[in-house]
Amino acid sequence: MRRKHQRTALLAMAVIGIGTAAALTLAALQDNLLFFYGPGEIEAQHLVAGQRFRLGGLVVDGSIRRLDDGLTITFDVTDTVETVSVVYVGPVPDLFAEGQGVIANGMLDRDGVFQADELLAKHDENYMPPEVAERLERAGHPTQ
Amino acid sequence: MPDRLEQFLSMGGYGAYVWGAYGLCAVVMVLLVVLTLKRLRANERTLKMLDGLRASRRQQSMGNGDAP
Amino acid sequence: MHRFANPNRFLRLSRQVLPWVAGLAAVLMAAGLYLALVASPPDARQGDTVRIMYVHVPAAWLSLFGYASMAVASAVGYIWKHPLADLACKATAPIGATFTAVCLATGSLWGEPMWGTWWEWDARMTSVLILFFLYLGYLALVSAFDDPTRGLKAGAILALVGAVNLPVIKFSVEWWNTLHQPPSVSRLGTPAIDPSMLWPLLVMAAAFTAFFITLVLLNTRSEIIQRKIQVLRAAQAYGAAE
Repeated sequence: MRRKHQRTALLAMAVIGIGTAAALTLAALQDNLLFFYGPGEIEAQHLVAGQRFRLGGLVVDGSIRRLDDGLTITFDVTDTVETVSVVYVGPVPDLFAEGQGVIANGMLDRDGVFQADELLAKHDENYMPPEVAERLERAGHPTQ
Repeated sequence: MPDRLEQFLSMGGYGAYVWGAYGLCAVVMVLLVVLTLKRLRANERTLKMLDGLRASRRQQSMGNGDAP
Repeated sequence: MHRFANPNRFLRLSRQVLPWVAGLAAVLMAAGLYLALVASPPDARQGDTVRIMYVHVPAAWLSLFGYASMAVASAVGYIWKHPLADLACKATAPIGATFTAVCLATGSLWGEPMWGTWWEWDARMTSVLILFFLYLGYLALVSAFDDPTRGLKAGAILALVGAVNLPVIKFSVEWWNTLHQPPSVSRLGTPAIDPSMLWPLLVMAAAFTAFFITLVLLNTRSEIIQRKIQVLRAAQAYGAAE
């Protein structure tokens, strides 16, 4: 019986030790584990022109423009406080739309415009049939 | 009817992805069942064989009057 | 504890329970497939690709559930020194690994049309990939020893240490910016899924779980019998040497 208690205590100590070590490691790696940065984090992260990173946020309503060449699109990405303009050439994912989440991979140019060469659509945790979405829209609760 | 079937199979244009995912699940789950049962049967057979061997040997040694 | 963990009792009990669990899995699977593929609506934004969720999410839950069970079994095996716990742990590993692979593959098939990528190194996907390698590592470690008992002991340590990864997977989408969206079902308050989609998901999850338990029971039987074979073989070799 005493041996069993001893083993339980040892196990509990090991679990606490490993858990703490893992938590500390993850906290130290915090920045490297971020898949993207919001417009408001650019300055704090010292992301300067010419440096590659992923920019994430919501596509501003009414900001998507397709240029005359039919390939280039421009839009604004916002975290609701700060906004960055994005230029992108290439195919867009099916979920890419105004008011939706987006992640662009690329770099800022000297004018502060984000030149993207890869576009990923992010979707939220809401799932609903089209009729429900329409009803919400009509009731004045946009789904985004 | 053929129209509805076609619509069902096309999955709004995402048929390859949706059916790909379900097909993959089906294949993997069937394989898992087959392999698990095969392994269990093989183990059961081996155990039976070894048990039989032990029983016959015990009988033999008892016949010889040896201590078990 | 010991009374229920007796290997021979387990063989008897599992033989009685198995047809019921397997039957339940079959019935739930049929109902779940009907709900998931026919009766449920497409998503307002994701269209019919949302149907991939009904296999992806249950597979993901089972990949976590499988590893958590292995960690619990390893703790029980370590504290109470009961051989059945270690054998059950080993029996769970290949099945948990398979469901982790299914989760990764179906996620890829969902990500390509919706996000525009098969794979990204975001925190959720990377931590699930690590889980997959933990399963493979466990299986390799357990079979790396000549003495099966020592292999099981080493594997139990890995199963316990690797459990650190489980909360990381769960909370990765909340702690860090990720491509993967935050949880929908376990969200506080109302789930973010419409009932017409939540039901198919829950029925499919129950079906997958029943299937998982069926296979773990079968595989644990396999492990117990294999253990008996090892003991008999060792006794035979000993007898022949005498």
